[in-house]
Amino acid sequence: MTSSTTTENMTGLQSAAADWASDQRTFKNVPWGKAMMWIFLLSDTFIFACFLIGYMALRLGATEPWPASSEIFALSMGGEPVPLLLIAIMTFILITSSGTMVMAVNFGYRKDRKKTAWLLIVTALLGASFVGMQAFEWTKLIVEEGVRPWSNPFGAAQFGSIFFMITGFHGVHVSVGVLFLLIVARKVWRGEYDNETRGFFTSRKGNYEIVETMGLYWHFVDLVWVFIFAFFYLW
Amino acid sequence: MSQSDVHNSGQQHPLGVYFKVWALLFVLSIFSYMVDYYHLEGYLRWSLIILFMLLKAGFILTIFMHIAWERMALVYALVIPILAIFGFIALMTFEGDYTFFTREMYFSP
Repeated sequence: MTSSTTTENMTGLQSAAADWASDQRTFKNVPWGKAMMWIFLLSDTFIFACFLIGYMALRLGATEPWPASSEIFALSMGGEPVPLLLIAIMTFILITSSGTMVMAVNFGYRKDRKKTAWLLIVTALLGASFVGMQAFEWTKLIVEEGVRPWSNPFGAAQFGSIFFMITGFHGVHVSVGVLFLLIVARKVWRGEYDNETRGFFTSRKGNYEIVETMGLYWHFVDLVWVFIFAFFYLW
Repeated sequence: MSQSDVHNSGQQHPLGVYFKVWALLFVLSIFSYMVDYYHLEGYLRWSLIILFMLLKAGFILTIFMHIAWERMALVYALVIPILAIFGFIALMTFEGDYTFFTREMYFSP
């Protein structure tokens, strides 16, 4: 690792070029699991970008008026419809879960086993409640409003298909995240990252970096929701 | 951002910065919700939505996902491919407009 000491003081493009040209591992000081998570997230970014761009193309090409999402996703509070109330609550839940996740990562690196585990569990519960609200939203839309992938009573028929696909795909991401959060929480709770217990699948020594890798995934799910919220619900 | 202090000890930072960003994300979400609540229209609406969206995304990426403290080799590896998306957006804008145009031209009653 002689070259990494010489590139230590470089900044910006220079250090990037030096790292990429070092004929050693490119992502220095980055655990392999984290680097792979980033590469996965990059590919996932392209999937969600394709979905959102597809939504844009559909909406541009639609000759009928696009359904007013602000009204469709309104919840009635005391007889008066409040626009996007459920979506706003879901947004805040996801942001809250991102906050608890980032704290779990922090306490993980402090090797505070119990706090890390509890914060991961709280994150998972918030994620599960997000999925629950989404299920409620879907049910309301399908059963009460009669929205289908091929038609809906509000306007352009394309609305249903793209809505179910984008929010469904995001919902699957949240659900998978909840599952993995619970697995990581269990491992933290059992002290497997303190004892460097080998993973049942990878056979690699466990350590608290895995909490950060898990956190990257979870923040990404929140990040995607930011874009869905802006383009699908607010636009 | 100094990179030497993160070395092999992982991404460890004081909790304060997380709490600040957390609060900021809440405030920005409230703002973007307000855009809809007060029925802002036209370019004002769209520019505000995009502004709040980009701010939120930026804070999540830089602080929560620790991009601010990562080495530039990783940052460039993530940012440069994403630039391709803008080209795709431009292409699909033409495509969508063209679809609309042909539908109006040949399928309108």
